[in-house]
Amino acid sequence: MQRIILHCDLNSFYASVECLYRPEIRALPVVVCGNIEKRHGIILAKNEVAKKYKIQTGEPLWQAKQKCPSLVAIEPSMGKYMKFSKAAREIYLRYTGRVEAFGVDECWLDVTDSTRLFGSGEKLAYTIKDTIQQELGITASVGVADNKIFAKLGSDMKKPNAVTVITPENYKQKVWTLPATDLLYVGRSTGQKLRKIGLHTIGQLACAEKHVLRGLLGKWGETLWTFANGEDVSPVLTLNHEVHVKSIGNSMTTACDLKNIEDVKIVFYVLAESVAERLRHATLVGKTVQITIRGTDLCLIERQGKLTCPTSLASDIASKALEIFKGQWAWHNDVRALGVRVTDLMAETDHGQLCFLQEEAQRARRQVLEHTMDAVRGRYGHYAIQRALHLAKPILKANPIDEHVVYPVSFFR
Amino acid sequence: MRKVFVDVTAVFSKEGILVPISFVWEDGERYEVDKILDCRNAASLKAGGCGVRYTCRVCGKETFLFLEDNRWFMEGK
Ligand SMILES: [Mg+2]
Repeated sequence: MQRIILHCDLNSFYASVECLYRPEIRALPVVVCGNIEKRHGIILAKNEVAKKYKIQTGEPLWQAKQKCPSLVAIEPSMGKYMKFSKAAREIYLRYTGRVEAFGVDECWLDVTDSTRLFGSGEKLAYTIKDTIQQELGITASVGVADNKIFAKLGSDMKKPNAVTVITPENYKQKVWTLPATDLLYVGRSTGQKLRKIGLHTIGQLACAEKHVLRGLLGKWGETLWTFANGEDVSPVLTLNHEVHVKSIGNSMTTACDLKNIEDVKIVFYVLAESVAERLRHATLVGKTVQITIRGTDLCLIERQGKLTCPTSLASDIASKALEIFKGQWAWHNDVRALGVRVTDLMAETDHGQLCFLQEEAQRARRQVLEHTMDAVRGRYGHYAIQRALHLAKPILKANPIDEHVVYPVSFFR
Repeated sequence: MRKVFVDVTAVFSKEGILVPISFVWEDGERYEVDKILDCRNAASLKAGGCGVRYTCRVCGKETFLFLEDNRWFMEGK
């Protein structure tokens, strides 16, 4: 049976929330940006007016100010955004129980079984978009399709405050003409590989021979072919209110054996960064860190430790992993492989303030920092910004998602 | 328009519903809520905020009273 999937995207999310609360700046170019007073903060979001100046997420504030000297810059308040993110999800849940979050401002909804009650997918999309506008005072754009990939592309086609329907009749004209890099998980490096064999658009990717893509990108190539043809069958998972996944983790057999704690630290940070990014995409936080260590003698140990408060921050995860490691590994052998896993998961929006105040202020800063890293990487690629420690030994660093050292499970979960 | 925060006297009914009874406007005057005509989640674009919006009849006129988190506000001129 044909499914009906909506993808709802809250437009210019952080900036829209700020503009709602400050009517006097709504007509001005506005960006949300960390570290404003130092001018080298990174743009996390921009409103429609700022978009006209070609200001882009991920670029530094000083550069944006060159494009638009009258730019209004506002420091982010994550707590406020979480409240709106949760409120939007509660609206979605009125129409279907099948809501899957992708980051704070995007959700997929499977409304196949809701249409008898609420009307067609398109009608439902308009209802939801209008409800969000009336109740939350911000806008959403919605894509309607029979699979998650096309729905997501649809929500990006017309915005703000719009609905785009992708059908078996119009997808070749609407979707296939887009650049291949618009597809979910086609990052810079995959895009480059595709261009080298002359595949620029989603349509060209869709019409390529499967075995060619397999040769170029491995099994991942076939998955992308399925995406491009609208044949993705991955379900919309209900994740927010009942957490179904038990843990999120990555492991890696390193390019060379690890001989000291500095090497181990580098690898833990690589792993923790990708685990943290996946947690943030799923809007989850976890309370327990689990590590696995495989020595050159191939013996395997697994240990875990509790965090003081639930987190989706790489720095928390990595330092906990390192602490556990130090208590467990006596260096009788070198290390061949490491794994990091976060368990005891809960929805990010539900855990509230569980930490002490002074710690909370510090954590809020690190939270903004890691969201900033996400923004920079989203725009300029994974290696555009790195922790200094990863420059020490380039052989140990890898981009777990784009080079699919680790499968991008946040989508397939 | 301005966002005017107000002191509100309200009652929790035994059904668990929160009902505003009166509020003190910024001029210090207390006004009774004669009737609640509607209650829903809504944003106030005019004042800049969002929460539960009560449509109230006060002195024969319809006016909005918003409950945002745990503060009440109204739309000032
Ligand atoms: Mg968005």
